[in-house]
Amino acid sequence: MKVGIVGIGHGKFGNRSDATVQELAFEPFKQAIEDAKNLRRDNIDALVVGSVPEYHMQRSLPGVVAEYIGMNPKSTWLTEAACASGSAAIRTAYMSIKSGMHDIVAVIGVQKMRELSTEEILALMGRVGDVQWESIFGTTFPGYYALYANRHMYEFGTTKEQLALVAVKNHYYGSMNPNAFFQKEVSKERILSSDDVAYPINVFDCCANADGAACVIMTNEKLAKKFNDTPVWFEGLGSASAQMSLLRRPNLVEIPSAVEAAKQAYSQAKVKPSEIQIADVHDCFTIAEIMAYENLGFCPKGKGGKFIEEKQSYIGGKTPVNVDGGLKAKGHPVGATGVSMTTEIVKQLRGEAGKRQVTGAEIGLTHNVGGIGQYTFVHILRR
Amino acid sequence: MPFKYFGKINFTPYTKVDKFAEYLQQGKLMGTQCKKCGEKYFPPRADCLKCMNDTYEWIEYSGKGILHSYTTIHAAPKGFEDIAPYTLGIVDLKEGGRLIAWIKDIPDKELKINMSVKVIPRIFEEIEEIKLYYTIEKP
Repeated sequence: MKVGIVGIGHGKFGNRSDATVQELAFEPFKQAIEDAKNLRRDNIDALVVGSVPEYHMQRSLPGVVAEYIGMNPKSTWLTEAACASGSAAIRTAYMSIKSGMHDIVAVIGVQKMRELSTEEILALMGRVGDVQWESIFGTTFPGYYALYANRHMYEFGTTKEQLALVAVKNHYYGSMNPNAFFQKEVSKERILSSDDVAYPINVFDCCANADGAACVIMTNEKLAKKFNDTPVWFEGLGSASAQMSLLRRPNLVEIPSAVEAAKQAYSQAKVKPSEIQIADVHDCFTIAEIMAYENLGFCPKGKGGKFIEEKQSYIGGKTPVNVDGGLKAKGHPVGATGVSMTTEIVKQLRGEAGKRQVTGAEIGLTHNVGGIGQYTFVHILRR
Repeated sequence: MPFKYFGKINFTPYTKVDKFAEYLQQGKLMGTQCKKCGEKYFPPRADCLKCMNDTYEWIEYSGKGILHSYTTIHAAPKGFEDIAPYTLGIVDLKEGGRLIAWIKDIPDKELKINMSVKVIPRIFEEIEEIKLYYTIEKP
Protein backbone atom coordinates (compact mmCIF):
# COMPACT_ATOMS: atom_id res chain seq x y z
CA MET A 1 0.00 0.00 0.00
CA LYS A 2 1.32 3.41 -1.00
CA VAL A 3 1.88 6.27 1.44
CA GLY A 4 1.12 9.82 0.42
CA ILE A 5 0.94 13.42 1.56
CA VAL A 6 -2.50 14.99 1.94
CA GLY A 7 -1.70 18.23 3.73
CA ILE A 8 1.19 20.69 3.82
CA GLY A 9 2.03 23.80 5.80
CA HIS A 10 5.01 26.15 5.90
CA GLY A 11 5.70 28.97 8.34
CA LYS A 12 7.78 32.08 7.70
CA PHE A 13 11.50 31.30 8.02
CA GLY A 14 13.93 33.83 9.44
CA ASN A 15 14.41 35.70 12.68
CA ARG A 16 11.40 34.56 14.67
CA SER A 17 12.17 36.11 18.02
CA ASP A 18 8.40 36.66 18.23
CA ALA A 19 7.58 33.04 19.04
CA THR A 20 8.50 29.97 21.10
CA VAL A 21 9.34 26.66 19.43
CA GLN A 22 5.86 25.25 20.03
CA GLU A 23 4.23 28.43 18.72
CA LEU A 24 6.32 28.11 15.56
CA ALA A 25 5.23 24.48 15.24
CA PHE A 26 1.55 25.45 15.48
CA GLU A 27 1.61 27.62 12.32
CA PRO A 28 2.33 24.99 9.64
CA PHE A 29 0.34 22.35 11.55
CA LYS A 30 -2.82 24.48 11.35
CA GLN A 31 -2.13 25.22 7.65
CA ALA A 32 -1.60 21.54 6.87
CA ILE A 33 -4.91 20.52 8.46
CA GLU A 34 -6.69 23.27 6.50
CA ASP A 35 -4.83 22.28 3.33
CA ALA A 36 -6.25 18.75 3.59
CA LYS A 37 -9.92 18.20 2.82
CA ASN A 38 -12.29 17.16 5.64
CA LEU A 39 -9.44 16.44 8.02
CA ARG A 40 -9.97 17.06 11.71
CA ARG A 41 -7.13 17.26 14.19
CA ASP A 42 -8.46 14.27 16.09
CA ASN A 43 -8.22 12.12 12.95
CA ILE A 44 -4.44 12.28 13.27
CA ASP A 45 -2.93 9.23 14.96
CA ALA A 46 0.57 10.34 15.77
CA LEU A 47 2.98 13.27 15.65
CA VAL A 48 6.61 12.95 14.64
CA VAL A 49 8.84 15.91 15.39
CA GLY A 50 12.05 16.43 13.45
CA SER A 51 14.44 18.70 15.33
CA VAL A 52 17.94 19.00 16.74
CA PRO A 53 17.44 19.26 20.50
CA GLU A 54 20.66 20.96 21.56
CA TYR A 55 19.60 24.32 20.07
CA HIS A 56 16.60 24.72 22.37
CA MET A 57 16.18 25.78 25.97
CA GLN A 58 13.17 23.44 26.15
CA ARG A 59 14.25 19.85 26.53
CA SER A 60 12.30 16.93 25.05
CA LEU A 61 10.56 18.92 22.35
CA PRO A 62 7.72 16.58 21.25
CA GLY A 63 6.25 16.88 24.74
CA VAL A 64 5.73 20.60 24.54
CA VAL A 65 4.79 20.62 20.84
CA ALA A 66 2.18 17.86 21.22
CA GLU A 67 0.62 19.72 24.15
CA TYR A 68 0.58 23.14 22.46
CA ILE A 69 -0.87 21.96 19.14
CA GLY A 70 -3.43 19.78 20.91
CA MET A 71 -2.25 16.26 20.06
CA ASN A 72 -2.39 14.71 23.55
CA PRO A 73 -2.88 11.83 24.23
CA LYS A 74 -1.75 10.68 20.77
CA SER A 75 1.63 9.06 20.23
CA THR A 76 4.56 11.40 19.62
CA TRP A 77 8.34 11.11 19.30
CA LEU A 78 11.43 12.97 18.16
CA THR A 79 13.62 12.01 15.24
CA GLU A 80 17.13 13.40 15.04
CA ALA A 81 19.66 13.19 12.23
CA ALA A 82 21.30 16.62 12.48
CA CYS A 83 20.30 18.85 9.53
CA ALA A 84 18.39 15.90 8.04
CA SER A 85 16.14 15.48 11.09
CA GLY A 86 13.08 16.58 9.08
CA SER A 87 13.51 13.90 6.43
CA ALA A 88 14.36 11.34 9.11
CA ALA A 89 11.03 12.20 10.76
CA ILE A 90 9.23 11.68 7.44
CA ARG A 91 10.94 8.30 7.10
CA THR A 92 9.72 7.16 10.53
CA ALA A 93 6.21 8.43 9.73
CA TYR A 94 6.32 6.44 6.47
CA MET A 95 7.40 3.31 8.35
CA SER A 96 4.66 3.67 10.94
CA ILE A 97 1.98 4.03 8.25
CA LYS A 98 3.41 1.30 6.05
CA SER A 99 3.47 -1.12 8.98
CA GLY A 100 -0.19 -0.43 9.70
CA MET A 101 0.56 0.84 13.18
CA HIS A 102 -0.77 4.31 12.36
CA ASP A 103 -3.16 5.59 9.69
CA ILE A 104 -2.62 9.33 9.65
CA VAL A 105 0.60 10.91 10.88
CA ALA A 106 1.61 14.56 11.14
CA VAL A 107 5.30 15.38 10.73
CA ILE A 108 6.51 18.72 12.02
CA GLY A 109 10.04 19.90 11.39
CA VAL A 110 10.80 22.78 13.71
CA GLN A 111 13.85 24.66 14.93
CA LYS A 112 14.76 27.83 16.72
CA MET A 113 18.40 28.58 16.04
CA ARG A 114 18.43 31.89 17.85
CA GLU A 115 17.46 30.92 21.39
CA LEU A 116 21.02 30.37 22.52
CA SER A 117 23.58 33.11 23.02
CA THR A 118 26.22 33.73 20.36
CA GLU A 119 28.74 32.32 22.85
CA GLU A 120 26.81 29.04 23.13
CA ILE A 121 26.30 28.86 19.36
CA LEU A 122 30.04 29.30 18.80
CA ALA A 123 30.73 26.49 21.27
CA LEU A 124 28.22 24.20 19.51
CA MET A 125 29.74 25.13 16.17
CA GLY A 126 33.11 23.92 17.42
CA ARG A 127 31.75 20.42 18.01
CA VAL A 128 30.14 19.57 14.66
CA GLY A 129 32.84 17.16 13.60
CA ASP A 130 34.64 14.31 15.34
CA VAL A 131 35.48 15.92 18.69
CA GLN A 132 38.30 13.51 19.55
CA TRP A 133 40.58 14.05 16.54
CA GLU A 134 39.23 17.05 14.60
CA SER A 135 37.45 19.67 16.76
CA ILE A 136 40.57 20.11 18.90
CA PHE A 137 42.08 22.02 15.96
CA GLY A 138 39.15 24.43 15.65
CA THR A 139 37.31 22.85 12.73
CA THR A 140 33.96 24.37 11.76
CA PHE A 141 30.97 23.49 9.56
CA PRO A 142 32.00 25.85 6.75
CA GLY A 143 35.56 24.64 7.27
CA TYR A 144 34.63 21.05 6.51
CA TYR A 145 32.72 22.00 3.36
CA ALA A 146 35.66 24.24 2.45
CA LEU A 147 37.97 21.21 2.60
CA TYR A 148 35.55 19.47 0.22
CA ALA A 149 35.35 22.55 -2.01
CA ASN A 150 39.10 22.99 -2.27
CA ARG A 151 39.59 19.33 -3.19
CA HIS A 152 36.73 19.51 -5.72
CA MET A 153 38.36 22.56 -7.29
CA TYR A 154 41.68 20.72 -7.42
CA GLU A 155 40.34 17.51 -8.96
CA PHE A 156 37.76 18.90 -11.37
CA GLY A 157 38.69 22.53 -11.95
CA THR A 158 35.55 23.80 -10.24
CA THR A 159 35.84 27.57 -9.69
CA LYS A 160 34.80 30.07 -7.03
CA GLU A 161 32.70 31.77 -9.73
CA GLN A 162 30.76 28.55 -10.24
CA LEU A 163 30.16 28.30 -6.49
CA ALA A 164 28.87 31.89 -6.52
CA LEU A 165 26.48 31.09 -9.38
CA VAL A 166 24.66 28.62 -7.12
CA ALA A 167 23.99 31.43 -4.66
CA VAL A 168 22.91 33.75 -7.50
CA LYS A 169 20.32 31.20 -8.64
CA ASN A 170 18.99 30.42 -5.19
CA HIS A 171 18.64 34.07 -4.22
CA TYR A 172 16.91 34.73 -7.56
CA TYR A 173 14.25 32.12 -6.80
CA GLY A 174 14.20 33.04 -3.10
CA SER A 175 13.09 36.52 -4.16
CA MET A 176 9.81 34.89 -5.28
CA ASN A 177 9.22 32.89 -2.09
CA PRO A 178 7.25 34.76 0.61
CA ASN A 179 8.35 32.24 3.26
CA ALA A 180 12.06 32.78 2.58
CA PHE A 181 14.36 34.55 5.05
CA PHE A 182 16.00 36.53 2.21
CA GLN A 183 13.79 37.66 -0.65
CA LYS A 184 16.31 39.70 -2.61
CA GLU A 185 18.49 38.91 -5.58
CA VAL A 186 22.24 38.98 -5.01
CA SER A 187 24.87 39.58 -7.71
CA LYS A 188 27.83 37.32 -8.41
CA GLU A 189 30.20 40.20 -7.67
CA ARG A 190 28.68 40.77 -4.23
CA ILE A 191 28.97 37.06 -3.41
CA LEU A 192 32.60 36.88 -4.54
CA SER A 193 33.55 40.00 -2.62
CA SER A 194 31.81 39.01 0.61
CA ASP A 195 33.92 38.25 3.70
CA ASP A 196 36.00 35.07 3.94
CA VAL A 197 34.60 32.43 6.26
CA ALA A 198 36.82 29.46 5.42
CA TYR A 199 38.72 29.60 2.14
CA PRO A 200 37.32 29.08 -0.53
CA ILE A 201 33.96 29.72 1.16
CA ASN A 202 32.72 33.29 1.61
CA VAL A 203 29.82 34.51 3.72
CA PHE A 204 27.49 34.40 0.72
CA ASP A 205 28.42 30.77 0.02
CA CYS A 206 26.82 29.85 3.37
CA CYS A 207 23.16 29.42 4.24
CA ALA A 208 21.93 31.35 7.26
CA ASN A 209 20.79 29.95 10.56
CA ALA A 210 17.08 30.64 10.83
CA ASP A 211 14.03 29.88 12.92
CA GLY A 212 11.09 28.14 11.31
CA ALA A 213 8.73 25.21 10.97
CA ALA A 214 7.04 23.14 8.27
CA CYS A 215 4.50 20.32 8.37
CA VAL A 216 3.26 17.47 6.21
CA ILE A 217 0.37 15.15 6.93
CA MET A 218 0.81 11.62 5.61
CA THR A 219 -1.58 8.73 5.24
CA ASN A 220 -2.11 5.44 3.44
CA GLU A 221 -3.54 4.88 -0.02
CA LYS A 222 -6.93 3.82 1.31
CA LEU A 223 -7.56 7.08 3.15
CA ALA A 224 -5.62 9.55 1.01
CA LYS A 225 -8.36 10.39 -1.53
CA LYS A 226 -10.73 11.17 1.31
CA PHE A 227 -8.47 13.98 2.44
CA ASN A 228 -7.06 15.28 -0.82
CA ASP A 229 -8.00 15.16 -4.52
CA THR A 230 -4.32 15.25 -5.48
CA PRO A 231 -2.30 13.22 -2.99
CA VAL A 232 1.43 13.18 -3.65
CA TRP A 233 2.94 9.72 -3.25
CA PHE A 234 6.25 8.52 -1.86
CA GLU A 235 7.80 6.33 -4.55
CA GLY A 236 11.29 5.88 -3.15
CA LEU A 237 12.91 6.55 0.20
CA GLY A 238 16.68 6.19 0.29
CA SER A 239 18.65 6.59 3.49
CA ALA A 240 22.33 6.08 4.20
CA SER A 241 25.11 7.10 6.55
CA ALA A 242 28.78 8.01 6.21
CA GLN A 243 31.74 8.28 8.55
CA MET A 244 31.51 11.02 11.19
CA SER A 245 35.16 11.79 10.62
CA LEU A 246 36.34 13.18 7.31
CA LEU A 247 39.57 11.37 8.03
CA ARG A 248 37.86 8.05 7.32
CA ARG A 249 35.90 9.05 4.22
CA PRO A 250 36.88 7.38 0.94
CA ASN A 251 37.37 10.77 -0.76
CA LEU A 252 36.61 14.45 -0.30
CA VAL A 253 34.80 15.16 -3.55
CA GLU A 254 31.46 13.46 -2.96
CA ILE A 255 29.10 12.76 -0.08
CA PRO A 256 29.05 8.95 0.03
CA SER A 257 25.78 8.73 1.97
CA ALA A 258 24.09 10.84 -0.72
CA VAL A 259 25.31 8.58 -3.51
CA GLU A 260 24.03 5.51 -1.66
CA ALA A 261 20.68 7.04 -0.61
CA ALA A 262 20.06 8.23 -4.18
CA LYS A 263 20.78 4.77 -5.56
CA GLN A 264 18.22 3.25 -3.20
CA ALA A 265 15.56 5.85 -3.96
CA TYR A 266 15.94 5.59 -7.75
CA SER A 267 15.79 1.82 -7.60
CA GLN A 268 12.65 1.78 -5.39
CA ALA A 269 10.91 4.41 -7.51
CA LYS A 270 12.10 2.82 -10.76
CA VAL A 271 13.08 6.18 -12.19
CA LYS A 272 16.29 7.52 -13.65
CA PRO A 273 17.96 10.76 -12.55
CA SER A 274 17.04 12.29 -15.92
CA GLU A 275 13.35 11.75 -15.16
CA ILE A 276 13.41 14.00 -12.08
CA GLN A 277 11.59 17.18 -13.09
CA ILE A 278 12.08 19.18 -9.90
CA ALA A 279 14.47 18.76 -6.98
CA ASP A 280 15.09 20.38 -3.63
CA VAL A 281 18.64 19.66 -2.51
CA HIS A 282 20.68 20.43 0.59
CA ASP A 283 22.63 23.58 -0.31
CA CYS A 284 23.95 24.40 3.18
CA PHE A 285 26.98 25.71 1.28
CA THR A 286 27.23 26.39 -2.44
CA ILE A 287 29.70 23.50 -2.89
CA ALA A 288 27.09 21.19 -1.35
CA GLU A 289 24.63 21.94 -4.18
CA ILE A 290 27.33 21.33 -6.80
CA MET A 291 28.15 17.95 -5.23
CA ALA A 292 24.40 17.20 -4.98
CA TYR A 293 24.01 17.57 -8.79
CA GLU A 294 26.73 14.95 -9.18
CA ASN A 295 25.77 12.63 -6.31
CA LEU A 296 22.15 12.54 -7.54
CA GLY A 297 23.24 11.83 -11.10
CA PHE A 298 21.85 15.04 -12.61
CA CYS A 299 25.29 15.44 -14.22
CA PRO A 300 28.47 13.32 -14.34
CA LYS A 301 30.94 13.41 -11.46
CA GLY A 302 33.07 16.54 -11.58
CA LYS A 303 30.69 18.41 -13.90
CA GLY A 304 28.60 20.11 -11.19
CA GLY A 305 30.32 23.45 -11.76
CA LYS A 306 29.54 23.33 -15.46
CA PHE A 307 25.93 22.31 -14.70
CA ILE A 308 25.23 25.57 -12.87
CA GLU A 309 27.30 27.61 -15.34
CA GLU A 310 25.05 26.33 -18.13
CA LYS A 311 21.99 27.14 -15.98
CA GLN A 312 20.88 23.49 -16.15
CA SER A 313 19.46 23.79 -12.62
CA TYR A 314 17.23 26.75 -13.52
CA ILE A 315 13.62 26.31 -14.60
CA GLY A 316 13.97 25.46 -18.29
CA GLY A 317 17.25 23.59 -17.72
CA LYS A 318 17.78 19.83 -17.44
CA THR A 319 16.79 19.58 -13.77
CA PRO A 320 15.43 22.63 -11.93
CA VAL A 321 16.93 22.64 -8.42
CA ASN A 322 15.95 24.68 -5.35
CA VAL A 323 13.54 26.96 -7.13
CA ASP A 324 12.12 27.82 -3.70
CA GLY A 325 15.45 29.51 -2.89
CA GLY A 326 17.03 26.51 -1.18
CA LEU A 327 18.57 26.65 2.26
CA LYS A 328 20.60 29.56 0.90
CA ALA A 329 17.69 32.00 0.56
CA LYS A 330 15.02 30.36 2.71
CA GLY A 331 17.36 30.02 5.69
CA HIS A 332 18.14 26.74 7.41
CA PRO A 333 16.16 25.96 10.58
CA VAL A 334 17.88 22.59 10.71
CA GLY A 335 15.03 20.33 11.89
CA ALA A 336 12.51 22.07 9.60
CA THR A 337 14.54 21.92 6.39
CA GLY A 338 13.71 18.40 5.17
CA VAL A 339 9.99 18.99 5.76
CA SER A 340 10.22 22.38 4.05
CA MET A 341 11.79 20.73 0.98
CA THR A 342 8.97 18.20 0.92
CA THR A 343 6.23 20.86 1.04
CA GLU A 344 7.88 22.61 -1.93
CA ILE A 345 7.97 19.44 -4.02
CA VAL A 346 4.32 18.74 -3.13
CA LYS A 347 3.37 22.26 -4.27
CA GLN A 348 5.27 21.77 -7.53
CA LEU A 349 3.67 18.39 -8.22
CA ARG A 350 0.21 19.80 -7.50
CA GLY A 351 0.94 22.73 -9.83
CA GLU A 352 0.58 25.26 -7.00
CA ALA A 353 4.05 26.83 -7.02
CA GLY A 354 2.94 30.06 -8.74
CA LYS A 355 5.74 32.06 -10.38
CA ARG A 356 8.20 29.30 -9.52
CA GLN A 357 6.13 26.50 -11.09
CA VAL A 358 7.90 23.91 -13.24
CA THR A 359 5.24 23.28 -15.88
CA GLY A 360 3.71 19.84 -15.73
CA ALA A 361 6.05 18.44 -13.07
CA GLU A 362 5.03 14.93 -12.05
CA ILE A 363 8.16 13.49 -10.42
CA GLY A 364 10.16 15.35 -7.79
CA LEU A 365 13.00 14.64 -5.40
CA THR A 366 14.26 15.83 -2.02
CA HIS A 367 17.87 15.43 -0.89
CA ASN A 368 18.45 16.24 2.77
CA VAL A 369 21.94 15.92 4.23
CA GLY A 370 22.72 15.77 7.95
CA GLY A 371 25.97 17.17 9.29
CA ILE A 372 28.78 16.92 6.79
CA GLY A 373 27.10 13.96 5.12
CA GLN A 374 26.89 11.67 8.13
CA TYR A 375 23.26 11.10 7.11
CA THR A 376 21.47 11.56 3.80
CA PHE A 377 17.82 10.99 2.95
CA VAL A 378 16.68 11.04 -0.67
CA HIS A 379 12.93 10.88 -1.29
CA ILE A 380 11.23 10.58 -4.66
CA LEU A 381 7.67 11.85 -4.88
CA ARG A 382 5.10 11.49 -7.64
CA ARG A 383 1.75 13.09 -8.32
CA MET B 1 50.25 12.02 30.44
CA PRO B 2 46.46 11.83 30.26
CA PHE B 3 44.63 12.33 26.97
CA LYS B 4 43.08 15.54 28.30
CA TYR B 5 46.31 17.35 27.40
CA PHE B 6 45.79 16.61 23.70
CA GLY B 7 44.42 19.60 21.79
CA LYS B 8 43.98 23.31 22.36
CA ILE B 9 40.62 22.39 23.84
CA ASN B 10 40.06 18.74 24.69
CA PHE B 11 36.51 17.39 24.52
CA THR B 12 37.23 13.72 25.34
CA PRO B 13 39.61 13.32 28.29
CA TYR B 14 38.93 9.58 28.46
CA THR B 15 39.58 7.08 25.67
CA LYS B 16 40.92 3.55 25.30
CA VAL B 17 43.80 4.98 23.27
CA ASP B 18 44.91 7.59 25.82
CA LYS B 19 48.53 6.49 25.56
CA PHE B 20 48.57 8.47 22.31
CA ALA B 21 49.14 11.68 24.30
CA GLU B 22 52.04 10.18 26.24
CA TYR B 23 53.78 9.20 23.00
CA LEU B 24 53.06 12.60 21.51
CA GLN B 25 54.81 14.27 24.45
CA GLN B 26 57.84 12.07 23.69
CA GLY B 27 57.77 13.40 20.14
CA LYS B 28 56.27 10.26 18.64
CA LEU B 29 53.28 10.16 16.33
CA MET B 30 51.66 6.80 17.00
CA GLY B 31 48.90 4.86 15.33
CA THR B 32 47.48 1.45 16.17
CA GLN B 33 47.62 -1.92 14.47
CA CYS B 34 45.13 -4.72 15.00
CA LYS B 35 46.84 -7.75 16.55
CA LYS B 36 44.62 -10.14 14.64
CA CYS B 37 44.27 -8.87 11.06
CA GLY B 38 47.13 -6.35 11.02
CA GLU B 39 45.01 -3.39 9.85
CA LYS B 40 46.67 -0.05 10.71
CA TYR B 41 44.82 2.99 12.01
CA PHE B 42 45.46 6.68 12.16
CA PRO B 43 43.70 8.19 14.04
CA PRO B 44 44.30 5.26 16.41
CA ARG B 45 41.48 2.86 17.30
CA ALA B 46 41.28 0.37 20.15
CA ASP B 47 38.73 -1.80 18.33
CA CYS B 48 39.38 -3.01 14.80
CA LEU B 49 36.92 -1.61 12.26
CA LYS B 50 37.63 -4.43 9.84
CA CYS B 51 37.61 -7.64 11.92
CA MET B 52 36.14 -6.34 15.23
CA ASN B 53 39.09 -7.67 17.22
CA ASP B 54 39.73 -5.65 20.38
CA THR B 55 43.47 -6.11 20.87
CA TYR B 56 46.01 -3.81 19.24
CA GLU B 57 49.55 -2.56 19.44
CA TRP B 58 51.07 0.88 18.95
CA ILE B 59 53.11 1.56 15.84
CA GLU B 60 55.12 4.67 15.07
CA TYR B 61 54.24 6.80 12.07
CA SER B 62 56.90 8.73 10.19
CA GLY B 63 54.73 11.84 9.89
CA LYS B 64 55.47 11.96 6.17
CA GLY B 65 52.51 12.54 3.93
CA ILE B 66 50.77 14.39 1.14
CA LEU B 67 48.47 17.40 1.58
CA HIS B 68 44.95 16.25 0.61
CA SER B 69 43.12 19.56 1.10
CA TYR B 70 43.28 22.74 3.17
CA THR B 71 41.25 25.73 4.28
CA THR B 72 41.84 28.93 6.20
CA ILE B 73 39.36 29.44 9.00
CA HIS B 74 38.39 33.08 9.52
CA ALA B 75 35.21 32.57 11.56
CA ALA B 76 36.51 30.51 14.49
CA PRO B 77 34.53 28.62 17.12
CA LYS B 78 34.77 29.26 20.86
CA GLY B 79 38.26 28.82 22.22
CA PHE B 80 39.98 29.41 18.87
CA GLU B 81 39.16 33.11 18.29
CA ASP B 82 42.58 34.15 19.61
CA ILE B 83 44.47 32.24 16.90
CA ALA B 84 42.20 33.04 13.92
CA PRO B 85 42.71 33.13 11.02
CA TYR B 86 44.42 29.74 10.98
CA THR B 87 45.00 27.28 8.16
CA LEU B 88 43.97 23.66 8.51
CA GLY B 89 45.23 20.85 6.33
CA ILE B 90 44.25 17.24 5.82
CA VAL B 91 47.21 14.95 5.29
CA ASP B 92 47.21 11.49 3.73
CA LEU B 93 49.88 9.77 5.81
CA LYS B 94 52.53 7.65 4.09
CA GLU B 95 51.71 4.63 6.26
CA GLY B 96 47.98 5.03 5.62
CA GLY B 97 45.30 6.97 7.43
CA ARG B 98 44.74 10.70 7.58
CA LEU B 99 44.93 13.53 10.03
CA ILE B 100 43.79 17.10 10.28
CA ALA B 101 46.00 19.76 11.86
CA TRP B 102 47.19 23.35 11.62
CA ILE B 103 49.62 24.16 8.88
CA LYS B 104 52.57 25.82 10.55
CA ASP B 105 55.37 27.19 8.46
CA ILE B 106 54.00 27.14 4.93
CA PRO B 107 52.61 30.48 3.66
CA ASP B 108 49.12 30.16 2.15
CA LYS B 109 50.33 31.15 -1.31
CA GLU B 110 52.83 28.29 -1.31
CA LEU B 111 50.20 25.71 -0.35
CA LYS B 112 49.37 23.19 -3.03
CA ILE B 113 47.16 20.15 -2.78
CA ASN B 114 49.31 17.04 -3.29
CA MET B 115 52.50 18.65 -1.98
CA SER B 116 54.74 16.64 0.36
CA VAL B 117 54.50 17.61 4.01
CA LYS B 118 55.64 16.39 7.40
CA VAL B 119 53.62 16.16 10.61
CA ILE B 120 55.53 17.19 13.73
CA PRO B 121 54.46 16.58 17.38
CA ARG B 122 54.36 19.87 19.31
CA ILE B 123 53.73 21.35 22.75
CA PHE B 124 52.24 24.83 23.23
CA GLU B 125 55.13 26.67 24.79
CA GLU B 126 53.55 30.06 25.29
CA ILE B 127 50.96 28.88 27.81
CA GLU B 128 51.54 27.43 31.27
CA GLU B 129 49.21 24.47 30.97
CA ILE B 130 50.51 21.47 29.04
CA LYS B 131 48.80 21.19 25.65
CA LEU B 132 49.94 18.71 23.05
CA TYR B 133 49.21 18.82 19.35
CA TYR B 134 50.87 18.32 15.99
CA THR B 135 51.42 20.56 13.00
CA ILE B 136 51.79 20.19 9.27
CA GLU B 137 55.11 21.55 8.07
CA LYS B 138 57.53 21.49 5.16
CA PRO B 139 59.26 18.10 4.90
